[in-house]
Amino acid sequence: MLIFGERINGMFTDIGDALRNKDPKPLQYWAVKQEEGGAHYLDVNSGPAIPTEERVAAYEWMVNVIQEVSQLPLVLDSTNYNAIEAGLKVCKRPAIINSCPAEQVKIERVFPMAIQYNAGVIGLTMDKKGIPKDADNRVAFAMELVAAADEYGLPMEDLFIDPLILPVNVAQEHAPEVLESLRQVKMLANPAPRTVLGLSNVSQKSPDRNLINRTYLAMAIASGLDAAIMDANDDDLVDVAATCQILLNRSIYADSYLKVFRTR
Amino acid sequence: MPVTLVKERYSSKVGEVVLGATPEQGGTRTATVTVGGDSALPFLHFEGQTINRPVIAMEVTDVVPTWSDIITKQIGDVINDPAAWAKKCVDEFGADLIYLKFNGADPEGENRSPEDCARIVKEVLAAVGVPLVVEGCDDSAKNNEVITAIAEAATGENLLIGIAEQDNYKSIAAAAMVHKHTLIARSPLDINICKQLNILINEMGLPLNKIIIDPTVAGLGFGIEYVYSIMERARLGALANDKMLSMPIICTVGYEANRCKEAYASEEEFPGWGNLEDRGVLWEAVTASGVLQVGASILVMRNPAAVKLVQKNIADLMG
Repeated sequence: MLIFGERINGMFTDIGDALRNKDPKPLQYWAVKQEEGGAHYLDVNSGPAIPTEERVAAYEWMVNVIQEVSQLPLVLDSTNYNAIEAGLKVCKRPAIINSCPAEQVKIERVFPMAIQYNAGVIGLTMDKKGIPKDADNRVAFAMELVAAADEYGLPMEDLFIDPLILPVNVAQEHAPEVLESLRQVKMLANPAPRTVLGLSNVSQKSPDRNLINRTYLAMAIASGLDAAIMDANDDDLVDVAATCQILLNRSIYADSYLKVFRTR
Repeated sequence: MPVTLVKERYSSKVGEVVLGATPEQGGTRTATVTVGGDSALPFLHFEGQTINRPVIAMEVTDVVPTWSDIITKQIGDVINDPAAWAKKCVDEFGADLIYLKFNGADPEGENRSPEDCARIVKEVLAAVGVPLVVEGCDDSAKNNEVITAIAEAATGENLLIGIAEQDNYKSIAAAAMVHKHTLIARSPLDINICKQLNILINEMGLPLNKIIIDPTVAGLGFGIEYVYSIMERARLGALANDKMLSMPIICTVGYEANRCKEAYASEEEFPGWGNLEDRGVLWEAVTASGVLQVGASILVMRNPAAVKLVQKNIADLMG
């Protein structure tokens, strides 16, 4: 179970301000803090803080300042592929591109770039028309992404299918469909593609967000989830990820398993 | 239709552990011995590397052992003298390491003093150039006293000392840390306790590359399949990057195999079992060869004839 720390995102005020002021400290603070929490990768998203024409330079700067303090590999999170490519050029360790929907034009841009920079790809089970409601259509998009990986020579374990979870308070019927999608995606190829979720979406604008996040994380891992973009500093949530590893017999039990999960 | 060779890709490997220390490293050994480092299942050279071949430590005891005549007659007169016995193991039988066991320290036996044990270690260190594995007696309180004295007397030699167990590891782990030795962590045929003990020892500050796992091997026919599957699971864990199970493994094959009736009962008593001489050798050699297949790095053995067979087995498996 891989944890992609979500916190370095321009949607958060401190990161947005840091990006505008070219102040590396908040980014570096969260890089270190998320690694201590248990993150295996750091998601990097400029959010709306940076005007479109400055995004390329911004991603290069973000990657560089984060790599000054952290050895963790990065997940470059943007819809601007030139910005992602600028980031990939300066990444010291193989990164992951976040993300690519099942649209031919975008696949043609993203998959060759992933091969060129030895990066992984998060593939979204959607196209221009949006997010499908049921598992069948999500899995159909996943299959297109799997075929693209095959076509371009991206190793299947470097493809992370994201079946797109939506907030439970407004799109409740999606939650079980996403679980079913996770199960089916695991049967699309051998070796199977990996799976990922933007976990915190499930609890947007609900009370008791932490409870919803950790309950859904356990359900999703049991359904085949391999990675989550999530709050790496929610200790209870990281404990759930660690405990799932044990209960699914993916990691050998020891009394100190919670600690072991965080210290690799 | 062409056949593609299926190769497993592992994300990690077994840790390497160095035993002994040369004069430049603060010891007196003529050479160090490195174990572990495998990046695949045992001897699958086509998909990973077996950097260091498994080694054999021959057992020497401080008091004359009550072993089968078949073994003691091969050792001969030197069985009264640990230093000469150790030298014979290295020079004649080709032992890679000497495993020195202080049965004489047992309070219910000769109750030998820690100082006396330390003196014998010094004598053996002077007699041979290979690294030593040193274990006290089976009384844990006395074992701690004995090993602490030995660890201090042999500071810098990087002995492999034992036994650390889940309910008794602190003083011996401290002795290993202070006097720069490597530690044996023993668990009772239980991979969860094995992992937890490694965590506890590591939390005290002893680095992971100073720990060797003793899973408590069993003799052929007396539960070897339990330790076999545990060792296999530990190896798969190590290859999948479970750092707390990635230490090399020591197996006290000689002790366990020779406890089995088949290794010492005469042909007159059990005619169906055939010649004892062959059976005794094979019982120990097959026990050792079995655990080699699941990643034993150090085999502790007794019978020189069995050692010879297993040496050939290792050479063949290394290709």
